[in-house]
Amino acid sequence: MLRRLVAACLLFLTCALMAQAQDRTVQDVLQEHAEVIVKSSRKTIAPAIEALAGSGLPAAQDVLQAWQSKDMWQRQSDGLFFKAEKRDSKTYELFDFTTGQSVGTVEKSDLKQLKPNSGIRAMIGAALVQFQLNDPDPERRRAAILAIQRDGEASHLAPLRESIAQEPDPDIKALKEVTERLLTISYDTDEAARVTAINGFKGALSLEARAALNPVLTTKTVYAEDLPDTANVKRELRAGSRDLSASEGYALMIAAGALEPQPSPDARKSALEAHIKDGMVGGVPVAALNTQEARDRAYVALAREGVVPPFDPSFSIEDAVTGVRFAEVYAEPSKAVTDAAEVVLSSINRAVGLNQMFDLTLDGLSLASIYFLAAIGLAITFGVMGVINMAHGEFIMMGAYTGYVVQQIVPDYTVSIILAIPLAFAVTFVAGVAMERLIIRWLYNRPLETLLATFGVSIALQQLAKNIFGTQARPLTSPGWLDGALSINDVVSISYIRIAIFVLALVFLGVFLFIMKKTRLGLETRAVTQNPRMAASMGINPDKVNMLTFGLGSGIAGVAGVAIGLYAKVTSELGSDYIVQSFMTVVVGGVGNIWGTLLGATMIGFLQKGIEWFNPSNTLAAQTYMIVFIIIFIQFRPKGIIALKGRAAGD
Amino acid sequence: MLSYESARQFCGFQQGNMEVKIQLKATLASALFASTAIASGAFAADCPIKVGVLHSLSGSMAISETTLKDAMLMLVEQQNEKGGLLGCDLEAVVVDPASDWPLFAEKARELLTVQNVDVIFGNWTSVSRKSVLPVIEELNGLLFYPVQYEGEESSKNVFYTGAAPNQQAIPATDYFLDELGVEKFALLGTDYVYPRTTNSILESYLKSKGIAEEDIFVNYTPFGHSDWSKIVADVVALGADGKKVGVISTINGDANIGFYKELAAAGVSADDIPVVAFSVGEEELSGLDTSNLVGHLAAWNYFMSADTEENASFIEAWHAFIGDDARVTNDPMEAHYIGFNMWVNAVEAAGTTDVDAVRSEMYGQEFPNLTGGTAVMNVNHHLSKPVLIGEILDDGQFDIISQTEEVPGDAWTDFLPESAVLKSDWKDLGCGMYNTETETCVQLKSNY
Amino acid sequence: MDFLKKNPSLPVFIAVLVIFTLVVTFLSEAYGTGALSTSFVKTLGKTLCLALVAIAMDLVWGYTGILSLGHFAFFGLGGYMIGMWLMYARTKIIVVESMVNAPIPPTPSEISDAIGSQIFGVVGSSDFPLVWSFAHSFWAQIALVVLVPGILALVFGWLAFRSRVTGVYLSILTQAMTLALSLYLFQNDSGLRGNNGLSGLQNLPGADAISQDNISIWFFWASAFALLLTYLIAAFVVSGKFGSVIRGIRDDEARVRFLGYSVEGFKLFVFTLTAILAAIGGALYYPQAGIINPAEIAPIASIYLAVWVAIGGRGRLYGAVIGAVFVSLVSTYFTGGQAPDINLGFYTIKWVDWWLVLLGLSFVLVTLFAPKGIGGLFDLVSGRLSPNRQGAPLGPDKGSLREEEAEQ
Repeated sequence: MLRRLVAACLLFLTCALMAQAQDRTVQDVLQEHAEVIVKSSRKTIAPAIEALAGSGLPAAQDVLQAWQSKDMWQRQSDGLFFKAEKRDSKTYELFDFTTGQSVGTVEKSDLKQLKPNSGIRAMIGAALVQFQLNDPDPERRRAAILAIQRDGEASHLAPLRESIAQEPDPDIKALKEVTERLLTISYDTDEAARVTAINGFKGALSLEARAALNPVLTTKTVYAEDLPDTANVKRELRAGSRDLSASEGYALMIAAGALEPQPSPDARKSALEAHIKDGMVGGVPVAALNTQEARDRAYVALAREGVVPPFDPSFSIEDAVTGVRFAEVYAEPSKAVTDAAEVVLSSINRAVGLNQMFDLTLDGLSLASIYFLAAIGLAITFGVMGVINMAHGEFIMMGAYTGYVVQQIVPDYTVSIILAIPLAFAVTFVAGVAMERLIIRWLYNRPLETLLATFGVSIALQQLAKNIFGTQARPLTSPGWLDGALSINDVVSISYIRIAIFVLALVFLGVFLFIMKKTRLGLETRAVTQNPRMAASMGINPDKVNMLTFGLGSGIAGVAGVAIGLYAKVTSELGSDYIVQSFMTVVVGGVGNIWGTLLGATMIGFLQKGIEWFNPSNTLAAQTYMIVFIIIFIQFRPKGIIALKGRAAGD
Repeated sequence: MLSYESARQFCGFQQGNMEVKIQLKATLASALFASTAIASGAFAADCPIKVGVLHSLSGSMAISETTLKDAMLMLVEQQNEKGGLLGCDLEAVVVDPASDWPLFAEKARELLTVQNVDVIFGNWTSVSRKSVLPVIEELNGLLFYPVQYEGEESSKNVFYTGAAPNQQAIPATDYFLDELGVEKFALLGTDYVYPRTTNSILESYLKSKGIAEEDIFVNYTPFGHSDWSKIVADVVALGADGKKVGVISTINGDANIGFYKELAAAGVSADDIPVVAFSVGEEELSGLDTSNLVGHLAAWNYFMSADTEENASFIEAWHAFIGDDARVTNDPMEAHYIGFNMWVNAVEAAGTTDVDAVRSEMYGQEFPNLTGGTAVMNVNHHLSKPVLIGEILDDGQFDIISQTEEVPGDAWTDFLPESAVLKSDWKDLGCGMYNTETETCVQLKSNY
Repeated sequence: MDFLKKNPSLPVFIAVLVIFTLVVTFLSEAYGTGALSTSFVKTLGKTLCLALVAIAMDLVWGYTGILSLGHFAFFGLGGYMIGMWLMYARTKIIVVESMVNAPIPPTPSEISDAIGSQIFGVVGSSDFPLVWSFAHSFWAQIALVVLVPGILALVFGWLAFRSRVTGVYLSILTQAMTLALSLYLFQNDSGLRGNNGLSGLQNLPGADAISQDNISIWFFWASAFALLLTYLIAAFVVSGKFGSVIRGIRDDEARVRFLGYSVEGFKLFVFTLTAILAAIGGALYYPQAGIINPAEIAPIASIYLAVWVAIGGRGRLYGAVIGAVFVSLVSTYFTGGQAPDINLGFYTIKWVDWWLVLLGLSFVLVTLFAPKGIGGLFDLVSGRLSPNRQGAPLGPDKGSLREEEAEQ
């Protein structure tokens, strides 16, 4: 009887509220919370969003959406909120939320835009879920589900479950089902339902699944001598082991009140300072207190007098924690849930581990292809011709700047890249030929001097680039179809631009092999490299061959520059970042053999990624150790991985 | 009219520049050929008043510092148009330390002893400041340092007009904690002193806010790093335990371009993993396409998009001076603007350019910020300035979404145990490194 | 007397150096008219140290034919070793002074902790890394100035020469070593303050009362003296039979080996000796520069060293000195913003922007047209000319001595 009465009262109240709400406009709700809305802080905004979402007004969804997309403005003169649309740079047209009618055009200076930060936007998104889950627009429905995944709460569970049945779009329906299970794990009260939901994620790699499972398994290490029987214990620990150091155990014991803390050295020192009397502390002269032993002696004497807390110099933390029980305890009380989650998560982690190795392999492969691309031009000029070209890096840079210039002229990114590649080749080919004609051909017998002269060219080119393009990095933007990444799952992904570089590297390998093995130029190049006099007497013009080969190597460096500029940056120092690595790639691989260069690049790329994996917090260390490894490697294989044998080796 | 005005300005600048060059040439000649003409500079020391500009015009730091040199030339020119200072014209003495740290010390000594400048505006990197410090302190010079830095320093001879960690890093971290609800932090930085110190301050700050040690991921990369795929993947993987991840980036210079490109390629949106950067401003963003980065954050004391009268006229003057409407303004430029004007006011108040007199007039100097409010010079040689947080827009500008009250810069951070007990007060205590526990001055000179 | 006869340039060099030192002293602010500013005296002192390391480079490259792109790494290491002591000792004085007033005298470990947090507080840590174990002792660090680069050169050289790594391969390998070392030092974890390096080195511990005017001239004297000694050592090494062998190695390594000489041993000795000389130069240079950091060790510095020697004229000791002095002073002049702009009407050449272009092109021109460098001008004076062999090589090796260099 009583219960019915209460229910009736509640019903009546609700009706009354609804009736009242009919008279209120959404503007009234906004004005009630105007202060926090303008202040726009996530910590205080919650009541405003709740009031809007719970107002039951038809315009509430509009208001929230406008607010979320930064389209809500406040008129300074009267403090009213409107949806605004830009008319021109100075004026905005305002629309009333309830009627949707324009209320006039206003100067920007009289308006204040509300800029909810992304934290507030997420809260608005979560509040919008109830309106959007069944929205006719599929994009809004998808947004609502993403909002739940990002910022789910218990209250979303019921409406989400209801909406699944009526979902027409199969993709979104699947998404809703997964999201429902994620919410079940976190918020459902029924143990069996949670266990079922957990088991449904066996082997799933998605970040969301892990994000739902891991919090279930949060543990805390505690002092376990007086642990209640109801505690969901993961495992018992002993202090001094790998998982719990003695000092951590000691701190836990003190926190639990199981042990009186010993005064710390600092506390003892200030106690000594406080008890100096006539130049003496505890019978020890102050001047003698410059060793720890003397200080301890003085402190023990003071403790014996009872003026300071007791202190035992022979106390050791290790002894204090020996034999004491500690335990890791789940925050989640239900053992059935944690057990299921442990099993599922360990299966997931195995799969994640495997996929991470695969991802690392992809990263290594990508880095190797970048090194290979940077070094392939050098494999021709240094590897085949034996010319040390320190300006090789600057040819890469010239290629990258060519790409930038083309993009300034041709605004379409796809067309500009297609244009930039042959143009970069042409520019650096000409530069290479010019350098060969003017400098290098006089120095073929003096390799060390070539090094110096080309170094001179290198710093001159670098400075020229600075003078022309400035020191600022220049944008070289990849076309839209190279944006984004190929995601195999939530662990393994690789950006399209890296795939493109990998493909380009393969193409260059093919081109190189074709030119060297199948064309007249390749034949002549090999002949001239092995024995210029003999080649000359067979009717080959060594000068011309050298010139063309050097131009080819430089041209390839230019194309590599376009690719490298796309994935990193275009600055005048771009080339010098790659020059030492490129030389090492060629030397490690073995001079005079393209397969060696490929192996060298692969080895260096994988090695660097491998070292990074061991020490993820310091990428610099990875580079250092990689170079040290290469130095040692060259000591044992001075001719590189693939060493030329016989006459071709030169000596 | 306008063209006449700008032409006049242009000529004025050229002339000023020539004078500088001639002066320099004379000095060098005297130094090189060991004539005794060197003393002639000293007789004319009172007029003109010389302003040393110690910014790299070549080498790796020229990218950032050249702009500041131009800003200083503009400020000096503006002051001369207003009638100079103490009845004298100001003369900018520009030298180029070429991004070479030992050369900074050499050029600073040259400015102070050979050119006899009255004040120096300069430096960008911390290491260059540390290189200059001993020289400035030995010769009792005066340096205005305009760039955000790691703190843990207060020299008698340096005024720090850039942000200390509590004026940039700590408010940005608070913003992450309170406004974005970030529970797990990735601190990514370039491997040098500013990120190292800032990150160790932030680590200890985050721990004091209850963030567990395993929820803080720290990574250091070399200057100009370009291969970011693994690091971005690591950051994304941090979200696997259901906590919201945020990135605090102290990545410096060019390396940012590769980082943001990789971030965009990995599809990391600001809603999933927000990134707040302390070294990315309008200049750095001009090197890349920002359409995929909209919503990521930066924290500074100034953004070009600040909507005030002062800022509008500053930008207008800058565009007129540099002759290019596309040039952006940035935070260190505002720092020089405030620092220079404060110095001018202090010199006027003191009636002399004597370093000690000017220094005691600097304390409590006030000057309006370009972003609204007033900057105040405190006795620890740091400014009180508001902290702004901006979201990157697709046109390379920032949308200011949060602006605090003026925060006084803290020379010694409260979040590291060694420096929590230290404070700096050059006015009353006369000490930049005063231990409040033992109540002694640890040292009068700075750590370098 | 035989020694002098083989080195006719020696008395001239000593005379020039002594006169130069005296002139600088009498024009300095500390002991003379003050016409030379202290900062310029420091520049001159540093230039002498660079000349010193250029002699070392000339020994290893010009005489032995090893184009080492790593000698600036040894130079920097020397600077680091002396810098550690300078920083430690200076900080210790500050710390002890500040602790004198404490109510309880500090324990040794408290002092050491306080020094640690003073030195490493700048880079966000406070503990002493292992490499600082000897920093408290002046003599130990002085010994390390010689030992650390010496042992590094010995081990690296032994490995490289043993595997018969020669020519450009060796150059690239030494460059890799330099790069690895500078990357290692760039890390904060290396314990040498990362990118910040060691600074404030010009302030000698306990010499606060002495003006930099005086200290700069003392270091100038020390640098001049060290340069003199190095020149004598180098002249001694290249003048006797030893000199003939190493020049033989430069011209044709295989022939010298067939003659029964231990080529590896000779190379290793020269490589290590020059590394030590370079380190001593660095130990004198960086207290004058005031700061050492890993950027000093970057590979490009070592390449510049080779360029100085090339421009000055390799294979003659005074050539190296001339090259180092000339290029570094001219470089200072142009990058200092002191050179007048050249107005071409349509474009104004600012030397700050164009100096590197000019320098780069001058390497090319020197290598192509003046392999003897500036030192070659002295041959014109003494009337020595090379025989004309119409470009025929003297030996079978690539990189072996050209005819222009043969006449010595």
